[in-house]
Amino acid sequence: MTMLKELVGRNMEEIAYGGKVVVETINLSVIYGKRYAIRDISLKVEKNRITAIIGPSGCGKSTFLRCLNRMNDLILDARVEGKVLYRGLDIYNREVDPVAVRTVIGMVFQRPNPFPMSIFDNVAFGLRVNGVKFSKTELAAKVRDALEKAALWDEVKDRLDAPAYSLSGGQQQRLCIARTLAVDPEVILLDEPTVSLDPISTAKIEQLLRNISSNYTIVIVTHNMQQAARVSDYTAVLMPDEEMVGRLIEFGPTRDIFTQPRDKRTEDYISGRVG
Amino acid sequence: MQQTVFSPQLLENVRKKRVSNTLFNLLFLGASSISFITIMVIVGSLIYESTFFFSHVSLVEFFTGTEWTVLFVEKKFGVLPLLTATALTSAIALLVAVPAGLATAIYLSEYARPSLRRPVKSIIELLAGIPTVVYGYFALYFITPNLLKQLIPGISIHNALAVGLMIGVLIIPIVASLSEDAIYAVPEDFKQAAYALGARKIDVVFRVIVPAALSGILASIILAFTRAMGETMIAAIAGGFRVIFSTDPREAMQTMTSFIAQVATGDAPHGTVEYQSIFAVGLLLFIITLAFNLVAIQVVKRWQIRY
Amino acid sequence: MADTLLESSQRFTRRDRLKETLDTLAPVFLSIGVFIGVATVASLLLTVVTSGAHRLTPTLLTDYPHPNPVQAGMRSAILGTIWTVGLSALICIPLGIASALYLTEWSENRFVKRFLEVNIANLAGVPSIVFGLVGLSLLTYGLGWGRSIIAGAFTLAVMTLPLVTVAAAEAVKTIPEALKHGAYALGATKLQVTRYIILPKALPMMMTGAILAVSRAIGEAAPILVISGLLFIRQDPTSIFDRFTVMPLQIYNWVSRPQVAFQELSSAAILVLLLILLTMNAAAIALRYRYQRRLVL
Repeated sequence: MTMLKELVGRNMEEIAYGGKVVVETINLSVIYGKRYAIRDISLKVEKNRITAIIGPSGCGKSTFLRCLNRMNDLILDARVEGKVLYRGLDIYNREVDPVAVRTVIGMVFQRPNPFPMSIFDNVAFGLRVNGVKFSKTELAAKVRDALEKAALWDEVKDRLDAPAYSLSGGQQQRLCIARTLAVDPEVILLDEPTVSLDPISTAKIEQLLRNISSNYTIVIVTHNMQQAARVSDYTAVLMPDEEMVGRLIEFGPTRDIFTQPRDKRTEDYISGRVG
Repeated sequence: MQQTVFSPQLLENVRKKRVSNTLFNLLFLGASSISFITIMVIVGSLIYESTFFFSHVSLVEFFTGTEWTVLFVEKKFGVLPLLTATALTSAIALLVAVPAGLATAIYLSEYARPSLRRPVKSIIELLAGIPTVVYGYFALYFITPNLLKQLIPGISIHNALAVGLMIGVLIIPIVASLSEDAIYAVPEDFKQAAYALGARKIDVVFRVIVPAALSGILASIILAFTRAMGETMIAAIAGGFRVIFSTDPREAMQTMTSFIAQVATGDAPHGTVEYQSIFAVGLLLFIITLAFNLVAIQVVKRWQIRY
Repeated sequence: MADTLLESSQRFTRRDRLKETLDTLAPVFLSIGVFIGVATVASLLLTVVTSGAHRLTPTLLTDYPHPNPVQAGMRSAILGTIWTVGLSALICIPLGIASALYLTEWSENRFVKRFLEVNIANLAGVPSIVFGLVGLSLLTYGLGWGRSIIAGAFTLAVMTLPLVTVAAAEAVKTIPEALKHGAYALGATKLQVTRYIILPKALPMMMTGAILAVSRAIGEAAPILVISGLLFIRQDPTSIFDRFTVMPLQIYNWVSRPQVAFQELSSAAILVLLLILLTMNAAAIALRYRYQRRLVL
């Protein structure tokens, strides 16, 4: 709530470029085969804030999110137009290795997808894979740190060697958040992270996101409007146009979007008339 | 620009990972291109060796002559006897495999109890796993003396019928397995609609399911046919090495493949016309099977009802 | 109106009865089709066992072939099979796994992928004896390897490559996308995803496929016949350039002889071959079973 109070009355244009904006998309479009999935999406993501992407299902929110860390590269048919700037650098530039991008921009998926390894190895995976050699104690410390930030440490500290699959759904998702945190990214993308979880786990995750948001820039896709209203500082509204192509309808401080939406479609969606 | 955004250590780590990644990419690409290279090599060597053969044998004689006496003193090079023998044995094989294979596919997917499916499928798969020399043995020492001789007293020890029957059993799994896939792909909606119109099971199976799965079934038959044509050991053991131009399945006759086997059993020195002849026959066999296989792919593409 | 109704219902009933009988009998007729295959296998096994079981002595395995059927054995054929099929497995299993990885995970170009898949399908349809011919021309004479184990091994390797590739590709496809994407999202390269995620999970299934493919190779006589010819081998192989024979060829050799004693000998040899194949298939199935149980975790 304190964060939102700070933001009331602020305008998009007032967010200065080059200091506070970490990720910016300029006319971002994605084409699958011959069809546009999303088109001309331009927005700015502010540092150490939580930005939510909302909209009806199928309008391209996940597609948009996957552009931010070049996960769309993994889909053979997908083509990306426009720019995605990370600290001013176009991450789709030919010379940029997507592996580097993904080390600074992490992602948590819709369904928890822990690796078939122990809890410890799951969290340590990113660290091991990134080539830096840590001593055993350093590694253990980093794993603990990540698990603490993900509000999971107390529950697993005695069984770090247990298989990740022995955890409940909510715990597994927090494990996935922990392993993303272990790599110490600047940005964390979350694609509907609580959609398959029970309300208690959902609340835990929303709480931990608020706790860590002062140190990480968070972009969260959700089709749960209440979640967006609860958690985020900024909200972007995506909607399909007449040709079923996802477009950015409105973007601004969450408070404004939910109390004084400028676009009628936003208002319809929020009030439940549509979507 | 990257240097100001990513830390130098990160860039260095990524660069190192990228090198090994690219290396393995090339390795894996190389490995998978072997299949392409092999096809090219097969075509190349068959044609290469055949040019020697066709330098002193005319194509006309090869394709229209009715006598093949390559291993005799007076040599004639008409491939028709071998070709008809191959065609005859393969046709007999289809006569066995298509009803049996289709029946198996239909029975397993539409009639059998689910608990029966797994074990029966395994036994059918077993048929394809039995080495062909064993089938040849069985044809010569069991089928012909105990079965065929009782039914057709005049039949000779080596005969095309036994060969065809055994090849037929060998290829049942090809027809059964691919047909079953095709039948399985027919949407449940088709069947439900038919039943709702008052059709009996037998109508649904033969008037709805089989026609819908026809492209897949046809493809399986063509593939089984090419497999039958390429079969060597059964023909070599149970068919005999006598070259005759005949379509009488009671006779012993040499197929294209068993001719190659016969020459290989002897020691035709490199460079003799006997040695070269097996490549000419092999090339013909390869072209025929390749053509049929390509037709099979086209059949599936063109006739497949898009669901 | 009543008459026509009666007529039509009578017509209806008449056709119905025929259909009804056909419908009930259908499964019986169809199961005959199944029965043909099963009966063949059963009578085949019976024939082989009754004819050859008594000839199953340890000396069958340890003796070399001999003109006298009483003194003949499969030793050289067994060793030849081990050397040749073993070498071909060493060649084609890594190649098959690499090809499968390329086709499923590594390839980034649709057209290259499709092209390679078509080639693999075509390769799988080539008659086995044609492989022998090519091996003879290219390896034996072209490269001067002679009618040797290595020529036979490379020929068999290329022949079983499509089988192994397809089996390995199926194994890779069972791995959920979510798992791989989770690793990529942490900054892993394809190589790391392959090494830490794909291979550990897919390897058991790949091995099952490989074992089945290799067991097919053990039973192949035609290509080896062309490469090696039919020989009396009376010594153990010492180098991959040695001449050789394999079990199915030895069987072919003995089957071709008219004497009853050789018929019994070939039955026994067939039993040995079938037992070996049975063991290998059982091993593959056991592997698959263990792997499937672990999947439940």
